Order: sequence, then structure tokens, then C-alpha cells
Amino acid sequence: MVTILDTYQFDLTLRRLTHQLIENHYPFTDTCFIGLQPRGIQVSEKIIGYMRELYPELTIKYGKLDITFYRDDHRAGLHVPTETEIPFSVENKNIVLIDDVLYTGRTIRAAMDALVDYGRPAKVELAILIDRKYNRQLPIQPDYCGKAIDSTITQKVKVLWDEAPKVVLY
Amino acid sequence: MQLSTKHLLGIRDLSAKDIQLILDTATQFKEVLQRPIKKVPSLRDVTIVNLFYENSTRTRISFELAEKRLSADTINFTASGSSVSKGETLLDTVNNILSMKVDIVVMRHSASGAPHFLAKHIPAVIVNAGDGINEHPTQALLDAFSIREKLGTLEGKKVAIIGDIMHSRVALSNIYLLQKMGAEVTVAGPPTLIPKYIRESFNVNVEYDVKKALRWCDVANVLRIQLERQNQVLFSSLREYSLAFGINKKMLDDIGKEIYIMHPGPINRGVEIDSDVADSSQSLILDQVENGVAVRMAVLYLLAGNRDYE
Repeated sequence: MVTILDTYQFDLTLRRLTHQLIENHYPFTDTCFIGLQPRGIQVSEKIIGYMRELYPELTIKYGKLDITFYRDDHRAGLHVPTETEIPFSVENKNIVLIDDVLYTGRTIRAAMDALVDYGRPAKVELAILIDRKYNRQLPIQPDYCGKAIDSTITQKVKVLWDEAPKVVLY
Repeated sequence: MQLSTKHLLGIRDLSAKDIQLILDTATQFKEVLQRPIKKVPSLRDVTIVNLFYENSTRTRISFELAEKRLSADTINFTASGSSVSKGETLLDTVNNILSMKVDIVVMRHSASGAPHFLAKHIPAVIVNAGDGINEHPTQALLDAFSIREKLGTLEGKKVAIIGDIMHSRVALSNIYLLQKMGAEVTVAGPPTLIPKYIRESFNVNVEYDVKKALRWCDVANVLRIQLERQNQVLFSSLREYSLAFGINKKMLDDIGKEIYIMHPGPINRGVEIDSDVADSSQSLILDQVENGVAVRMAVLYLLAGNRDYE
């Protein structure tokens, strides 16, 4: 088992992603952030938390999106849906999708399909904590990336959210 | 997580876990139905035939809408206007339809056990949309969903099923489901419409006084008098039934607490339920219809994901 990000680096990376998003989207009037269920939620909540700490006076629109019904591997086994909560209109907004690990790109494909059922965003961007390069099955790349790593298909990347959060490869 | 059964023939075959999974999945589908685009692509590779050998408004429209919202291809079949009137048997009809590559059959039939018979003989997934006086599983699931939505849980809740218990598939499915989920059930109505051994066989309370049943319960599920299935005189007249067992506003005001009223439809206004009850704020009748689509979407989605692929 290899540690990709230890607790200190992990926090540093999340703060960097936060600042990159602020740099491009401040003051968030036309921007909405959407975490992807289930594992993108913890990453996105952390990032949104840092943003709200830095700018408590601004409204930062944040939602959660479940993509279960849009998956293309419905036949390979059932996935149980989780909650979708998008309490704002996405029409003509800049949307930032946030997830933990970008691997084949299929989740993001499904997320984009799910998103357009809520309206027509002006722009969609992707923020990712870990990018597993060279494993893509669709032409999808992140706009914001915590850390890019090389890995083989037999390996797994896991984000551990305990008291000392870290990212491991095994 | 997946269902323990390949078909949905009755609540009898489901575990509490299965029911929980269906209701939880339906909650998410209900959210889908509130969106501007009320459609998801999950079942775009699935073909479903709706086989209705008996009249239906709500169930048929609800299933068809659920299938369309899931992007499935659908075919509708009603016995009248088909070759059934030329003498084609059920098995022949279904085999002919299946040879056109259909994955799921949703069936309503006046004979109890018809979907079980089909499930034994054909390879498609069967969903029972009501068979004779046996079961109507999706109705019980949407009733449970509606109760859960209002009361938070089914566990420990008291549900009275009032009316024609003897001829009702809704009653049977509801009894199975409510008991599996830990709710308490009382059946109420005239003795001639309540099966004699129901207390012993199903461990439910039996009450012949509707007012007492209303006072006891949190939710009253009022059933239609199924005149089409009664081949002997079981009560003297509809008027008399209404006077003794019909639910009216005064009865609800007299019991001194707020209970919810449900009815699977179609309503015989002025017989088992009065208009001022059916249209009151305590009535969940239209919520039930709305929830029906989400619950049927959940059932079809889960069963489609449970098919064997070679």
C-alpha cells in the first residue's frame, strides 16, 4: 500500500483546489458547485467549507447529484441510488462538478447527462482530487486536479476519511 | 443490494429488506418526477408489455408512465380487441408476444395465480398488476410508501383496512406488507365480507364496528365494494352498506384525532366513502396515485437490474 497524499498534503491539496476555484469563479454569482454522489460529497463539502470560511458574506450555491439512473453499467449489477439535491436552477450557470477520483471517465459522462436534465448550463467544469491518468475510456479531462498519478487497472485508489484523512494506492 | 426475487408476483414472496429497498429507491424516483425533465435513461434497452386482461385506469396508466419515464419501450395489450376473443389461450398469447423479444411482462388477470402460472412457463420477468382476489403488490407498495411519507415509518403504526376484505387483492397484499414491516393491522367491515379464518391465518384484528376501527387506527385504508366479484348477496343494499359501514365526515370528526384516509380507487362516492372525506385534507388518495408512478419505476428498475444475462 502506497500513500499518495498524507494527511498534511491532503489538506494542502484541498486548499489549493479551493483557491484555484476561487481564482476562476469569484464572486460566485453565476457559479454553482455540485458534488457527485456518493464519494464526491466529502471532497466537495470540504472545499465548499473552506470557501465559506474565506468568504462568509457570499452565497455559495452547492448541490449534490446522484447519477445511478444514468449509468451505462446497469446490467453489470445494481447500484442503489442516493439523494439528489440541487436547490437552484442550473440554467445558464457555470457548473463545477466535484468528484474524488477520475478513472475511466464514465461517471462524469453519466453526471453530464444527469445535469442537463436539470437545464442547460452555460459551462461545465470538472474538479477532481485524484486523476488516474492513462486509464480513461472516454475523452474527459479535469479542469482542476489535486494530484495526477500513474496506476494500473489492477490497483485501487482509496480516499480514507477518518481522523487523519489520506489517499492510498493498493 | 438487489431484490431476492426475479419476478414480482406478490408481497408474500418479498422480504422486509426487499420492501425497504423498493421504497428507498422509489424515494429517489419521486425526486426525478419533480424535475423539469422527468425522464432517466436507465431502461433504454428494455422492452415491456402491459398485458391487461381486466379493466384498469390507474394501474395501467401508472405502469405505462413509469415505463416511459425510465425510457423503456412499451407495448400495450388489452384483452378486448385482441385475438383473446377468438379463443387464443393466455400462454399462446404471451409466447407470441415474447417471440417479438420482450423482457418484462406486466400483467393483470381476473384469475388468481395467472402471473405465477406464466412465471413458470416463460423466460420473461413477470410483474403482477393484480390477479383475481389474490394480490396487487404494487398497490400495497405505494400505500406503504404514502404512509411512510406522512408518518415517517411503518413500524408500530396502526392501519385499519375497511370494507370488502373478502374480494380484495389490495387487502391481502397490504396485510402481508404491513406485517412484514412491523405495522399492526385491523380489518373491518360486515361479517359477510370478512373471511372467517382471517384472524387465525393472518394474525390480524377483526372489527365489525367501523367507528371502533377508526378510533384505533393511525391510517384507514378504505376499499371498494367489488360488486363484479360477488356472485351472491352479501349485504342487502348499497344504501344499507353505506349507512352502516361508509366513512363520512362526521365519523372522522367524532373520533377526536387526526387520521389519514386512503383508498386504492376507483371510489364509489357515497357508498364506502363520502365525497367530503375523499376530498378532505386528511385524504391521501391523490398522493397515492402520484406515488404510484415512483413506486412502479422502482419495481421495474430493480427487477430489470436483476435479470440474468448470458
